[in-house]
Amino acid sequence: MATKVAVIRFPGTNCEFDVVEVVQQLGAQAQIVFHDEPSLGSADAVVIAGGFAHGDYLRPGAIARFSPVMEAVASFAQSGGPVVGICNGFQVLTEANLLPGALQKNAGLKFRCGFTELRVENSNSVLTSEAQVGDILSIPINHFEGNYTCSSETLAELQGEDRVLFRYVTNPNGSVDDIAGICNQSRNVVGLMPHPERACHDLLGSRDGIVLMSSLLRAAGLNAGLPN
Amino acid sequence: MMFDVVVEVRLRAGIADPQGATIERALPALGFDGVTGVSVGKSIRFSLQAADESAAHAVVTDLCHRFLTNPVIEDSEISLHPAEVAAH
Repeated sequence: MATKVAVIRFPGTNCEFDVVEVVQQLGAQAQIVFHDEPSLGSADAVVIAGGFAHGDYLRPGAIARFSPVMEAVASFAQSGGPVVGICNGFQVLTEANLLPGALQKNAGLKFRCGFTELRVENSNSVLTSEAQVGDILSIPINHFEGNYTCSSETLAELQGEDRVLFRYVTNPNGSVDDIAGICNQSRNVVGLMPHPERACHDLLGSRDGIVLMSSLLRAAGLNAGLPN
Repeated sequence: MMFDVVVEVRLRAGIADPQGATIERALPALGFDGVTGVSVGKSIRFSLQAADESAAHAVVTDLCHRFLTNPVIEDSEISLHPAEVAAH
């Protein structure tokens, strides 16, 4: 059986089809799971896609955190399953306390939309295992609230445990320590503001997202007990 | 008892407030001099049924912590009063 990725859709999610497209392009199966589902089915990996879950009302991710599917995502993560939150998905993961810190409005109140250069800082995670440390990837961002912040203790922990996976080469949003993406202690839950799923085809201007999405599928395959 | 509740959510000290800063920068151009320390938050109002004021306060504190604020970046201030009974 092919590796299967559950792509979470809340009311207001708008990047789920881009993720499905890339997962299929890379030879795996994708299934969209609506937020009111209490179960992920037989998924080997989970992607929380970008958009505006529940309209971003109150705060991005604040209401999504209470959607029934998030309990299933939390227990999947707890059991070691690979979970990636992209953009709004990253915001949801921080609100759900599956990742530390918070994402606040961009410095200068600028909505940022365009390609950014990301430096891969660590290859030990479900999203970076096939990348090399120091790789510079061209990946688009598209956000208003992507300014990563956390307490100084949390920042020291992220740095000390090599949990900063990506840094912006040129900081677009004011994120502390140029952070673009992080992982949890077990390195199976990853959140990032840039959109690797939008950089997987020449027609989109970059294929640099493929190495990340392939890493995720590899982790999913391992999770499913399949050979790579 | 019914209580009228107002929760004021604001950014914690030390957290950048780009909205406040932008408003503050715009004020001199409109002729408002001498305004400093602008910060932007939100207020959330609701009615709550609870046994007494301290029970109501406990519920709202829990609500603030778990949902209405993100403790990483936000604080809240709660004010609650017994709801005024409409005059007959």
